[in-house]
Amino acid sequence: MKLARAWWWIVFLVGFLYFFLPLLGTFLFSLGNPLGAVGAPPSLEFYANVLTGPGSGFWSSLIYSFVIGSITIVVSIGLLLPTAFWVRLRVPRARPFVEFITLLPFVIPPIVLVFGLISTFSHPPLPFTYTDIGSSALLTFAYVILSFPYMYRAIDTGLQAIDIRSLTEAALSLGAGWPRIIVGVILPNVRVALLSGAFLTLAIVVGEFTIATFLARPAFGPYLSLLGQTRAYEPAAASIISFGLTWMAMILIAFIGRGSRARVAVAGAR
Amino acid sequence: MRSGRRRFSWTWVGLVPFFLFATAFLLIPTAYLVIGSFQDSAGQPTLQNYLDLSTPHVTSAFLASIEISLVTAVLGGAFGFLLAYAVIGGGLPGPLRAGLLTFSGVASNFAGVPLAIAFIFTLGRVGFMTALLKNVFGIDIYDNGFTIYSKVGLEIVYFYFQFPLMVLIMAPAIDGLKREWREASENMGGSSAQYWRYVALPILTPSILGTMILLFGNSFGAQATAYQLTGGTLNIVTLLLSAQLRGDVLNNVGLGYAIAMGMVVIMGGSILLYLWLQRRAARWQR
Repeated sequence: MKLARAWWWIVFLVGFLYFFLPLLGTFLFSLGNPLGAVGAPPSLEFYANVLTGPGSGFWSSLIYSFVIGSITIVVSIGLLLPTAFWVRLRVPRARPFVEFITLLPFVIPPIVLVFGLISTFSHPPLPFTYTDIGSSALLTFAYVILSFPYMYRAIDTGLQAIDIRSLTEAALSLGAGWPRIIVGVILPNVRVALLSGAFLTLAIVVGEFTIATFLARPAFGPYLSLLGQTRAYEPAAASIISFGLTWMAMILIAFIGRGSRARVAVAGAR
Repeated sequence: MRSGRRRFSWTWVGLVPFFLFATAFLLIPTAYLVIGSFQDSAGQPTLQNYLDLSTPHVTSAFLASIEISLVTAVLGGAFGFLLAYAVIGGGLPGPLRAGLLTFSGVASNFAGVPLAIAFIFTLGRVGFMTALLKNVFGIDIYDNGFTIYSKVGLEIVYFYFQFPLMVLIMAPAIDGLKREWREASENMGGSSAQYWRYVALPILTPSILGTMILLFGNSFGAQATAYQLTGGTLNIVTLLLSAQLRGDVLNNVGLGYAIAMGMVVIMGGSILLYLWLQRRAARWQR
């Protein structure tokens, strides 16, 4: 038994080193690689360059991605909450169809999705990509599609935990209309599920590269990619910041979801 | 019958926005690719695009993608399982479990461009570990044929999101192994090896295989990480499609559609297998 535990320690330490070393390496380079051959003293100038440097696209791209992410969340919830609610309440027969469609983004990788979107919407009658606003709308819609699998699952699990039938009947008998029921009664009752889905969406959208780059959007992913190809130490600083943002989103999910049943926060391929 | 039909039409109306949105931005774009894959440049029906998939460049891209996905799914799944079991059933201190699960949530989402950048700074030509191995241990891994910008390098990078994904999905399954099963096995004189061979592994196998399939799809569809790591030069299928979209190579839209369809078929097949295994795994998770 003692021996077995030693083996598990070895497994854990190997895992720890594998996860830790790339973060350490990136962190060292973000300080200008003070342990390297040149041995320059550690410096925060690369963080400063990223955050406030002249012409740095950091804030503009990050804000752009946050705005797109926020709209994605609103559209996704606005679309999926009434759908999941209605399926549970009135049309359980539709469940297989709805679930099939929400699973499709697992089957269609982002690179294939953006290929299809460009093929469909880059010419009349629906020339989305002709204008900036059209391309940004298309990007948002693509992200809404990407959010389907986990957002629908999160909402459906949330709805399962409450008695929507009684809540709806009570609201109807008090004279509420359908919009009021969904926004005023159902939504507050599934807010934990919605928030964890929302933060996962944000974490994914803010770092997304493939779709944003092919729609030529000034998002954070393409910004970071270009930075990685053109600068020496700044990409390390920006990656550390990006890791911190992901960490924050995940801590918020864990914090919001505390007490409820643990849910796996998993997104698709990148 | 008649009233049943009327109720049918009214209630389904509530789902129209969802189906409309999915049709516009998911089904029609996909249908566009399907139709395009059966047309030549003049719009005439043809199977030539699918025959063109057998050109060496395209075939080797598919094979490389499948190889990378298989390797990272199987090895990533195996080590991820060991890691999850180490903190849950291996008798390690309790806080490590919470720590690993939280970190896995972060690491499984730390994919794409920043992940590739992190590995370039770690195992790239001037990376921190590359320098450490050379200066302290006297091993120059790049002189010995290693490069992070290769298939093997990409596999090493992909493990960074494959391990955590396996940990996250397997942790509940390992938790679901009931103490009574182990006690029953021990009471009947079963050794630890026999418990694993005849009880635990048969129960966990559908979950393990199912999760490995998810890992397969996860790395098969990945584009951003590989693009950032290799600058788009590695011949795998997502990068081949990227180059096609940029108009760099092939210059044959129909072939691009066929490549996309090939990817969808492989992903779809793996998801069907996953759903089937899920049904089997669910038997033990009541």
